[in-house]
Amino acid sequence: MWIYEKKLEYPVKIKNPNPKMAKYIITQYGGPDGELAASLRYLSQRFSMVTPQARATLNDIGTEELAHLEIVGSMVRQLMDDVSIEEIKESDLGAYYADHDKAVYPISAAGNPFTAAYIQSKGDPVTDLYEDMAAEQKARSTYEWLINLADDPDVIEPLKFLRAREVVHFQRFGEALRIVQDKLAEKKFYVKKPE
Amino acid sequence: MDKNRQKLLKQLSALDFMAVDLNLYLDTHPYDRDALLRYNSIVMQANALRSYYERMYGPLYSFRSTSDYPWRWINNPWPWEYEFNFKLAGEE
Repeated sequence: MWIYEKKLEYPVKIKNPNPKMAKYIITQYGGPDGELAASLRYLSQRFSMVTPQARATLNDIGTEELAHLEIVGSMVRQLMDDVSIEEIKESDLGAYYADHDKAVYPISAAGNPFTAAYIQSKGDPVTDLYEDMAAEQKARSTYEWLINLADDPDVIEPLKFLRAREVVHFQRFGEALRIVQDKLAEKKFYVKKPE
Repeated sequence: MDKNRQKLLKQLSALDFMAVDLNLYLDTHPYDRDALLRYNSIVMQANALRSYYERMYGPLYSFRSTSDYPWRWINNPWPWEYEFNFKLAGEE
């Protein structure tokens, strides 16, 4: 089960709202390489994962991704806070506003709603871990493009934190993959009980 | 009051982050004795600080923290709000 802790993993304190930036950053909430896809992917794959190390890694990174989902949602919300209708129209957020007002809804930057088609859970531990390593790299790249689009340190700092976590997760999945491959390559010995 | 809460929250967040990161490291290095000692020490420090924070400012955990009367869990601010968080980038 999960226990909610009433704080963020990393603080989000954005003084100046910026609806344009909200429209970009929301892609890490409900987009193809976003945090919702990441947590669902790992938390689903863990059921069929092998070796204690790789199972724990999926469980715990999947859990941390939920904390990242909360960080991204907080960023989107604060970026849209107190924004006037004129600013919304100017920033190209009008279509979003028509469907969701200033609520947080899982879509990509291009407006596609979240879909489970973003993720895979294949039942082959090696296949799944390769997908997870690729997913971490894709998320790292996305955070880099978002940092390129941002100019406010209040926005850039949490994006840098999230980017750094993708790098660590990639490393851990790589270690888990090596452990799984070593385990699968072990010679199997069968001992017959004497009659 | 809020300045002190945010200062405590910052210390607690730093300790908890170290615990999260060491937890992931230990998942793939379960025999690293030094990392394990460090993890245990950080979790104990964080727990002590967390108890203090909760006595001062109310429950941090759903259904794992006790509360004074009336039920303090519902109190604002919530973590996604500007007022809740401490500032890291530069100083206010």
